[in-house]
Amino acid sequence: MRVGIIGVGMTAFRPSSPEYSWKELMFEAASRAYADAGVDPREDVDSFLTCAEDYYEGFGIFDEFVPDQLGAALRPTCTVTGDGLQGLANAFMQIQTGLVRVAVVEAHSKASDIVTLEGIVEHALDPIWNRPLEAHPYVVAGLEADAYLRSSRTPPKALASVVSKNRRNALRNPHAAYGADVDVDQALRSEVRFSPLRALDISNPADGCVVLVLASEEAARKFEGRPVWVRGIGWASDSPTLETRDWAGATYAELAATMAYRLAKVRRPSTEVGFAEVDDRFSYKELQHLEALGLAKKGEAGRRAMKGEYDPGGRLPVNVSGGSLGCGNVFEATGLHRAAEVALQLRGDAGSRQLDGVNTGVAQSWRFVPTATGAVAVLGVGR
Amino acid sequence: MTSKVGVIGAGMTLFRRRLQEAPKELCYEAAKMALDSAGLTLADVDMVVSGSAPDAFDGVHMKGEYFLDGCGGYRKPYTRVFTGGGTGVFSAIAGWWHVASGLADCVLVVNEEKMSSCQPHAQSVFAHIWDPILDRPLRPNLIWIFAMEMNRYMTIHKVAKEDIARVAVKNKRNAVGHPCAQLADPNITVQDVLNSEVMAWPVQRLDISPPSDGAAAVVLASEDFIRKRRIRDRAWMSGVGWCIDSTMWTDRDLVFPEYVARAAKMAYRMARIEAPRRQIDFAEPYDPFDYKELHHLEGLLLADKGEAPKLTREGVTQRDGDLPVCPSGGLMGVGNPIAATLGIKIGELFWQLTGQAGKRQIPHEVRTGVCQAWGDLMQYGSVVVMRA
Repeated sequence: MRVGIIGVGMTAFRPSSPEYSWKELMFEAASRAYADAGVDPREDVDSFLTCAEDYYEGFGIFDEFVPDQLGAALRPTCTVTGDGLQGLANAFMQIQTGLVRVAVVEAHSKASDIVTLEGIVEHALDPIWNRPLEAHPYVVAGLEADAYLRSSRTPPKALASVVSKNRRNALRNPHAAYGADVDVDQALRSEVRFSPLRALDISNPADGCVVLVLASEEAARKFEGRPVWVRGIGWASDSPTLETRDWAGATYAELAATMAYRLAKVRRPSTEVGFAEVDDRFSYKELQHLEALGLAKKGEAGRRAMKGEYDPGGRLPVNVSGGSLGCGNVFEATGLHRAAEVALQLRGDAGSRQLDGVNTGVAQSWRFVPTATGAVAVLGVGR
Repeated sequence: MTSKVGVIGAGMTLFRRRLQEAPKELCYEAAKMALDSAGLTLADVDMVVSGSAPDAFDGVHMKGEYFLDGCGGYRKPYTRVFTGGGTGVFSAIAGWWHVASGLADCVLVVNEEKMSSCQPHAQSVFAHIWDPILDRPLRPNLIWIFAMEMNRYMTIHKVAKEDIARVAVKNKRNAVGHPCAQLADPNITVQDVLNSEVMAWPVQRLDISPPSDGAAAVVLASEDFIRKRRIRDRAWMSGVGWCIDSTMWTDRDLVFPEYVARAAKMAYRMARIEAPRRQIDFAEPYDPFDYKELHHLEGLLLADKGEAPKLTREGVTQRDGDLPVCPSGGLMGVGNPIAATLGIKIGELFWQLTGQAGKRQIPHEVRTGVCQAWGDLMQYGSVVVMRA
């Protein structure tokens, strides 16, 4: 059975949104998605899924606060404590069972409400082995960036070209929070934070919400939305302990991609995938993820980035949306935002950042520091 | 389309006020027991689902990531789901769709809760489950909100406190045969419950299940997998349902759990059950408070509104009654490590339906059972119907 995305709804991503509560952000994105799909949540939707973590939200049981603003009161609703793409995977499975025909996936960030972000991320470190070291949790990203750059022999300049590309791409995305005309030299000169990562290598938090409406092929025919098919989906986790995981490669992304490509019957991703939206919450992650997804050979992503192959007009456009470096880090909504962006491109609704002639795209997510968990979705239009 | 899904193994750790094991270790123990009971190893498992309630109990942000290796999620597709106390049954529903979708043949579901690391008491986490503007300034706690619900139930249906206390007595006695039980008591009487300390009237100390540490796991598999592996001990998940009510608890009618009724109807429709009272042989409703068992029996449509106390008084819900309820001993007797109650809901149905419940085995033949969990802020129902 084919499963399609028939509705996309997003708020703008902004560094802060004092006039909106997180409930209002959810309401706005959901209203847009329902209007886009032409569905009435009270009548047409069989299942609602929210992707959220208690600590980010500042609640003991965040699931309580989900239903009303989505139109989900007294309906089947649940929280997937994961990235938005993991929520999409669960909605995909629910529809495949035949029990659910139309499902809604929601993820958001109200990062501007978080007073102690560093402390929260630090609380995700192992309480016995790692927390007593009292390091800033982004040290994990710095160490990983170092391992990646060394093992793949990628020059640090490649990270700067990722930063420059994504910040500039974001200038053409009206939803983006951090669009800027940053050049490679500026990125290379920014202050060192978690060596080898510099200030501009690290995405900044943003507020925002993304809602997608999914439907089975049969149900999709009833609604206005033009379906973008979820051809394949995969998700996986590597070791949660820092001491025993693969630091150089993104094994979780490789495993997730293998699963997604298998379901989508993609044999040669480097030729079959037209464009990609991958997690770039630290600049090196974009390169590491491209290699894990099989879209670049090991050790080649950096050099290709420097040649401009991932620019909007390049061989494989990557993060045309501006990615997290350009749009902002929206935490658990990051992966869902990438899927929304791929869907908009495939529908031809990406406005001034629209790519020509694309029919297959990949969205990829990672659950941020200090996890080794990620998901991949292969989306397409046409037969 | 939907393939049949069976439960083929279950395991659970001791439920105790304070266990020495770290969260990962609890997950590992339960997962290992469940796999052993199914005669499988981790290599047979395609995907892993975990369930756990507030992260703040363990004091770990993204605790699903933290204990994933203990659950067997290393280098596998792994997801954690979270619907408050509803997770006790809901994670198995998530496991169900992993298999029923055809994406996985064999799924391991592991639920963990470690409430003892929360100082000074797990109640302090529950201070953060309220609306920050409307509720938190009133400094509510869970006991008084359930006291309101219990009081309303007693008032509307004119239920005597003795009839509610009978549930606590039944379940604590039922738990005597349970190897993991925290609060089993063969000699407890209704008078003991009525004499216990008043927490917030009408809730008394022995009306409440205790906070606990513990973990539980079940193994789910497709019909194909069960046939090929010639697995004999299996119970089919023939209906699943879940439902959430509005966040605004002040807008709800506390006397009847409509969200449980809707989840039950969804599960019954799938399991083709038209007359639940006649077609269901035994039940494991969620009983963190004794009145909740009664409340939920009515929500599950196994008793008319206000009838559950009468069924209890008449012995219908005893282990040897016409409709045994919480033959495991329930949360009142075995303990309440929120999500890990999986072991006394889905786990107990599996053990009863495959004749492995030992001293707790219902004396007459049972072929269809229903279990249910309840969560969030008195607003979540998750229901599973299982058949032998």
